[in-house]
Amino acid sequence: MLHIFTDLLAAIASTVWDVIPIVIVIFGFQRLVLRKPVANRKRLIIGFVLVLLGLGFFLEGLQAALFPLGRLMALQLTDPAFIAGDDIGRVLQWWDYQWVYLFAFAIGFATTIAEPSLLAVAIKANQVSAGSIGIWGLRIAVAVGVAIGIALGVYRIITGTPLYWYIISGYVFVLIQTMFAPRMIIALAYDSGGVTTSTVTVPLVAALGLGLASTVPGRNPLLDGFGLIAFASLFPIMSVLAYAQLSEWRGKHG
Amino acid sequence: MESLKAIWAALFESLRDLLPIILVIGFFQFAVLQQPIPNLGEIVIGIVFVVIGLTLFVQGLNMSLFPIGESMAYSFVSKGSLFWLLCFAFALGFGTTIAEPALIAVASEAAIIAANGDMIENSEQSLASYAQGLRITVALSVGVAIMIGVFRIVKGWPIQYLIVIGYSGVVVMTVFAPPEIIGIAYDSGGVTTSTITVPLVTALGVGLASSIKGRNPMVDGFGLIAFASLTPMIFVMGYGMLV
Repeated sequence: MLHIFTDLLAAIASTVWDVIPIVIVIFGFQRLVLRKPVANRKRLIIGFVLVLLGLGFFLEGLQAALFPLGRLMALQLTDPAFIAGDDIGRVLQWWDYQWVYLFAFAIGFATTIAEPSLLAVAIKANQVSAGSIGIWGLRIAVAVGVAIGIALGVYRIITGTPLYWYIISGYVFVLIQTMFAPRMIIALAYDSGGVTTSTVTVPLVAALGLGLASTVPGRNPLLDGFGLIAFASLFPIMSVLAYAQLSEWRGKHG
Repeated sequence: MESLKAIWAALFESLRDLLPIILVIGFFQFAVLQQPIPNLGEIVIGIVFVVIGLTLFVQGLNMSLFPIGESMAYSFVSKGSLFWLLCFAFALGFGTTIAEPALIAVASEAAIIAANGDMIENSEQSLASYAQGLRITVALSVGVAIMIGVFRIVKGWPIQYLIVIGYSGVVVMTVFAPPEIIGIAYDSGGVTTSTITVPLVTALGVGLASSIKGRNPMVDGFGLIAFASLTPMIFVMGYGMLV
């Protein structure tokens, strides 16, 4: 039990280490180029400390509680013995993996809701749009996109179809949607592709991809295990554009 | 008393954000895999940590990362030097990416794939130098991305034109890049944007768009992250072709 607390200190120390380059860039430019003292310096420093402590607690908590269980679960669910059920030894088809698809969808949705960078962008978008973009509306739209993306990415690994087919058709679809979407949402929608995949989603999703690629016959974990993150960054763009189109349509039709 | 209430409310909100993960893992553990939860005590402590962490992070965000990003945007605009603004944008993108732990992990994995595909020699030294080169490539690409993104905000160009060019770049590079690198390249777009970079860069963009005349923070302010997830794909495939 004690090791959680020592690990916590290590997690905080490593967050501090990650932040050093950012602090150097900010204060370097502030001092040498802008040559202006920072306003509210005390509040700023307290804020930075809170961010560092917060991320340290957050990461260590995930490490201690959710990641080991989630990873183990991904491995167990992709185990051929579990998927084949009683009839061990039969050839598995892509529809035999229904629990894996459900897990991929659910974990994609759930981890996105807990993603701190998405929360940050949603708070900012809510402020900037004077409330017309809801924090929860955006988060749920993005989470649905990630969920669909990861479920489809899992299907790709199971069937072994080339990654770039999906990504390139996804691009074409996004471009068509862009032509019809309300102008103010476009940049935010493109951004939401990048923010979904950070601290919470990547470790769990990577475990799922590697687990599948090493148990599905004919897949190479090194080649096929990648690509889920790409799906998780592409599909939220579509779902956020769709959400905006839907809200606009609803606004027009009563 | 009031502030105590506010703290409880914030903690409760964080717990609510975490609830879906707890439900999903609980459901699959009990209903699908039909196994008990191991180390329940540790898991409860872990969940408490995550809730505290998320609450502190959001508090700190509004006190530090948001205001500093915005105030630097205002200062650069009032200084009026596009050159220094672009230098800052590049340094911010490069500096935040080079130390990113997720990127370090992906880069060393990519080196193993390259060695297995006989693209590089399978020795410790060549693996390390390949991974190092990849990290620098991705960091450069994010620096360039933030720089282009900031330039776009200053000029007020519609984002979709630049995205179309970027997407075309990805498609063209996919045709020529070695197949082993494609999966990593596509994923590298997602790993570059960390939890500290995202709020900072978002505040910078929104701050620029609200202090430059004629720009709308909603239409022009967002989009920096989008570039930071797009250019690494192109740069990494380019790296795979050159090395």
